[in-house]
Amino acid sequence: MDIKAYIESGILELYVAGQLTEKENQEVYDLLQKYPELLQEVLEIEAAVVKLTAAVSPHAIDFDSFKGKLGHTDTKVVDLKPKKPNWISYTGWAASILLAGGLLWTLNNKNEIEDQLQTVEIEKQYLEIQIEDARTDLAATKTLLDAIRDKDILAVPLGGQGDYASTYAKVYWNKADNTIYLDAEGLPDAPEGKVWQVWSLTLNPLTPTSLGTIDDFNTDNNKIFAIANANESQAFGITLEPAGGSASPTMEQLYTLGVVESTP
Amino acid sequence: MTDLDTLVVQFQNKNQVAFKKLYDMYSKSIHGVVYNIVKDTDIADELMQDVFIKAWNKADTYSSKKGRFFTWILNIARNTAIDKTRSKAYKQSKQNLNSDYFVDIITSNDNLDTSTDAIGIKKFVTNLGKKCKEVIELLYFKGFTQKEASEELQMPIGTVKTRNRNCIQQLRDMVL
Repeated sequence: MDIKAYIESGILELYVAGQLTEKENQEVYDLLQKYPELLQEVLEIEAAVVKLTAAVSPHAIDFDSFKGKLGHTDTKVVDLKPKKPNWISYTGWAASILLAGGLLWTLNNKNEIEDQLQTVEIEKQYLEIQIEDARTDLAATKTLLDAIRDKDILAVPLGGQGDYASTYAKVYWNKADNTIYLDAEGLPDAPEGKVWQVWSLTLNPLTPTSLGTIDDFNTDNNKIFAIANANESQAFGITLEPAGGSASPTMEQLYTLGVVESTP
Repeated sequence: MTDLDTLVVQFQNKNQVAFKKLYDMYSKSIHGVVYNIVKDTDIADELMQDVFIKAWNKADTYSSKKGRFFTWILNIARNTAIDKTRSKAYKQSKQNLNSDYFVDIITSNDNLDTSTDAIGIKKFVTNLGKKCKEVIELLYFKGFTQKEASEELQMPIGTVKTRNRNCIQQLRDMVL
């Protein structure tokens, strides 16, 4: 190999300038290992360039002040990225975890509260129904009371008859609106297959007129029944009849009977 | 293995004494190269130190098979400085960059008077032909490739190579 021609080509100057390809760099390197003249040439080119470039620098900065600028450690300049714990990051993560936990807790809480709210809502509705019922009851009772207290009302006590002496009932008759209110508290529940039937009677001659059966007697709470009565009644009677009622009263089953005292 | 090779290996093993020696050998050159690009002493001071910090941090990526250690760090310096000149902040602060070549800077550098190399360097740059100034500026200071330099200077690639050889030869004659 012509070492001189190789040197004269100017490739070594480009090598120092860093303008060769990776492959060319590798080739030059291999030759430098082989030919000390080439290495010497490169060292001189480099030395000249180092001097030239240094001459451009307006001032030097010594290593100690450079090191000082790193400012972290005397022994290890490598510690440019201090291994200081990244508190912002840690705090961020901690906050995220707390937040996530808090959200879960809140969600759980919310579900519990929703369940409770639903239960309370149901209870509330139930209570509302009860109140409504009570109001209805109260209104009904008031109506009843008002009806019974009406000045036009006629009270007719019905006494127990024969075997049924212990039973009783009371009729409040409002002739103005042709209604009787039967208070049948003193009658027992009608047995299976039987029903209470209310009769309006005229006495001379004795003529019974059915005012109807009380089908809901056993289930009624206050045992007061409003019954239409347009008859000129002189007495009221209550008999126990087979379900569906009878055309004429079964006298053996006459429980209570009461006479209207005076016809207003 | 040369002394320099040993130093570089120690440097790669994070030996700070070796790092200091390499710094002492090349920091002024790196500073010069960076300063020639950014034309601002404060920025150049900062960038030069950045260059050595980078070199220290990625010391393991250097291999002598890829080139000279000086060439490696010179490359880092040019890239760092050129990156800086592309930054928005730099562009805003340096709208009227003077286009001085390294030779103009050397000529106006007062501190060279005390340096032992001063006389040779000054003589060199004073006597240096325009083509030499341009070639050295582009290839060593600016990091132009041979091809880029040939386009910039409008001369054949081969001419760039030989002219550069001659220019550096002149430099060696005066400073070594």
